[in-house]
Amino acid sequence: MTDMAEITAAPAAAQAAARTDVIARRLARRHAAERRFRAIGIGAVVVSVAFLGTLLFNILSNGFGALLQTRILLDVAFDPAVMDIGERRDADSLAAADYGGLVKAAMAARFPEVASRGEKRELNALLSNGAGDALRRMVQDDPRIIGTTRPIWLIASSDLDMAVKGIMPRQAGAEGLRFSERQLAWIGKLEAEGALARQFNTRLFTAGDSREPELAGLLGAIVGSAFSLGITLLICFPIGVATAVYLEEFAPKNRWTDLIEVNINNLAAVPSVVFGLLGLAIFLNTFGLPRSAPLVGGLVLALISLPTIIIAGRAALKAVPPSIRQAAMGLGASKLQTVTDHVLPLAMPGMLTGTILGMAHALGETAPLLMIGMVAFIVDIPAGPLDPAAVLPVQVYLWSDSPERGFVEKTSAAIIVLLVFLSLMNLAAIWLRKKFERRW
Amino acid sequence: MSTKTLAVAAIALAAIATAGAAQARDQIRIVGSSTVYPFSTAVAEAFGKAGKFKTPVVESTGSGGGLRLFCSGVGPDFPDVANSSRRIKASEVEFCGKNGVTAITEMKIGYDGIVLASSKKAKPINLTRQQLFMALAKDVPQGGKLVPNPYQKWNQIDPSLPDAKIVVLGPPPTSGTRDAFVELVMETGAEKFPELVELKKADAKAFQKAYSAIREDGGYIEAGENDNLIVQKLEANTAIFGIFGYSFLDQNGDKVQGATIEGNQPTFDNIAAGKYTVSRPLFFYVKKAHVGQIAGIKEFVGEFASEKAWGKSGYLADKGLIPMPDAERKEWAAKAAGLADLKM
Repeated sequence: MTDMAEITAAPAAAQAAARTDVIARRLARRHAAERRFRAIGIGAVVVSVAFLGTLLFNILSNGFGALLQTRILLDVAFDPAVMDIGERRDADSLAAADYGGLVKAAMAARFPEVASRGEKRELNALLSNGAGDALRRMVQDDPRIIGTTRPIWLIASSDLDMAVKGIMPRQAGAEGLRFSERQLAWIGKLEAEGALARQFNTRLFTAGDSREPELAGLLGAIVGSAFSLGITLLICFPIGVATAVYLEEFAPKNRWTDLIEVNINNLAAVPSVVFGLLGLAIFLNTFGLPRSAPLVGGLVLALISLPTIIIAGRAALKAVPPSIRQAAMGLGASKLQTVTDHVLPLAMPGMLTGTILGMAHALGETAPLLMIGMVAFIVDIPAGPLDPAAVLPVQVYLWSDSPERGFVEKTSAAIIVLLVFLSLMNLAAIWLRKKFERRW
Repeated sequence: MSTKTLAVAAIALAAIATAGAAQARDQIRIVGSSTVYPFSTAVAEAFGKAGKFKTPVVESTGSGGGLRLFCSGVGPDFPDVANSSRRIKASEVEFCGKNGVTAITEMKIGYDGIVLASSKKAKPINLTRQQLFMALAKDVPQGGKLVPNPYQKWNQIDPSLPDAKIVVLGPPPTSGTRDAFVELVMETGAEKFPELVELKKADAKAFQKAYSAIREDGGYIEAGENDNLIVQKLEANTAIFGIFGYSFLDQNGDKVQGATIEGNQPTFDNIAAGKYTVSRPLFFYVKKAHVGQIAGIKEFVGEFASEKAWGKSGYLADKGLIPMPDAERKEWAAKAAGLADLKM
């Protein structure tokens, strides 16, 4: 107040000059504050982009290696005597035939000078012990190849794969070398003759889990995720939409509906592992549903994504202008007709977007599945929602914890696949919004 | 539209739920130790590939958690096999009995070594278990009584050790590896001090408390259950050490090295010969009431106890399991064939 008094007391010109001065200073301060704020904002964006960039670069550079796999070209003679099937060609005999023997015979034919048992063991260690699986499939597809000789690319062992990719050492005398001198010579010979190459790793997308990195695939986890999310969608979409519509359009505004609303918002913030415990107590212990089943996983994930879907659904309904409802009512539509024929179709794109984002969230969950036994080693591809199955994030977790070196790049590859699915779901959400959204 | 979908979903769910409850299990279920997990899964995969039975499902729940599930009852809802990185406790057998799980077969599968590892670039280190106790215990005896651990650097314990801060990354208390480390290293190390030996005679409980308390002042860092992460950290910092199972050392021989303990390197041969002292037996337990009810249990035990699996050059040795000596393997294979009852 005293400042003001002095200013009024001063002559008019000086008074005006002082005022401009004060304003200029205040303006400079405000501009400086704005610049600071912008700088902090840009800094924050740069830091988060840098984090995301490093993470993505790390995963991509590690994971792309796993898309390729080292294979060895061998002339495989499908000799019924080696296969130990004689004249039998029925499905059981073909399934039980000795395909490992065929692989070993082909390797021995490639290196006829190898004679002693120990040497043969070392030679066969260059190939994966699942190399014969491909031969079984070929014979089952077409038994007529028995008796012929075919050049076939067979999967190499993970150690060889790692060495060829330069992840593990392969120079003679290097620390941690996992090959003998003899093996190094054989590898050199195969490479020089063009019989050692990196090819696209089809098993990554066609096989189930395995303890051998070169044989492990993601199909089991992808199918498990699909079943779980299918169940989740089946349950939480209708329930979520019905809840949102009732609460938004029909429910009276009283203390009970307020309580329900507050609780739905709170549920959205409950840590997901709590839902896992709930699933264990209710679905497994009370209802006696099987452990590790995608059905139970889907139910638990539905509980987790339900609040998100309800909240998104209500927001979408709120965005429909009241004039639409009034117009429908004015033309004589009942409340139900107004909702199902006019409001819901207009709110549907927003609801679908919310659902897809909720599902994408559910796709990335691991913690609640731990409780219901889905964090497990499961080889067989699930054929239905009651068969034991893992899901993609669980596969990432399990592989990241495996001692074998080959699983390091496999882990990154699994993360890439998970990210691709998440991006596809988010893109679908954006596309739906762009295509069907109406603005008023 | 939404109500119709809702009704369909409810009916479908009810149908699936009843079907699920009625369905019997056609594959073996295994739970338990994360240390036994790599071996159990390798056997499960080989067993499934043979084509007669479905591949068993193996869950990694930790030894204690696995035995708890295993002992919870008899029937298709409960696991058939429990893996454990320690022997089953009397209290667990009692808990099993209370729930009707009375006939159990115990199987020892081999040994696992616990290593103290550092980066390959660091100087090799030679330690005794007494020195490790001094480096990692919360309280150490000095002048006749327990005082908070005063050692901050390795060379304060012994001048021959490096002039570096003590930093060891290790497993959390929920881990079986931690239990085994405490029992094999900390307890034996503590017994080298006359003060603690006297304490053991006077008050066994207080002695147990003294050796099992690990320092919390930053010298020991709980690094979670992911051992690959510890390997990465060791690679980045040559001055620190990490504690994990032998199989991780075996797989990462180009990055990390194991500390020599009491004159012996943690190598396959030294652990197998019993020279490397920080090693423990691994077990699994079979519920006999399920044999004949769930297909393939006897054959699975047979696969585990076959020479091609747990033998000297079997596939489990490739995974880092240290096989038992010939005579011991024979003895346990006989128990496997007869599914002998557990005797405590």
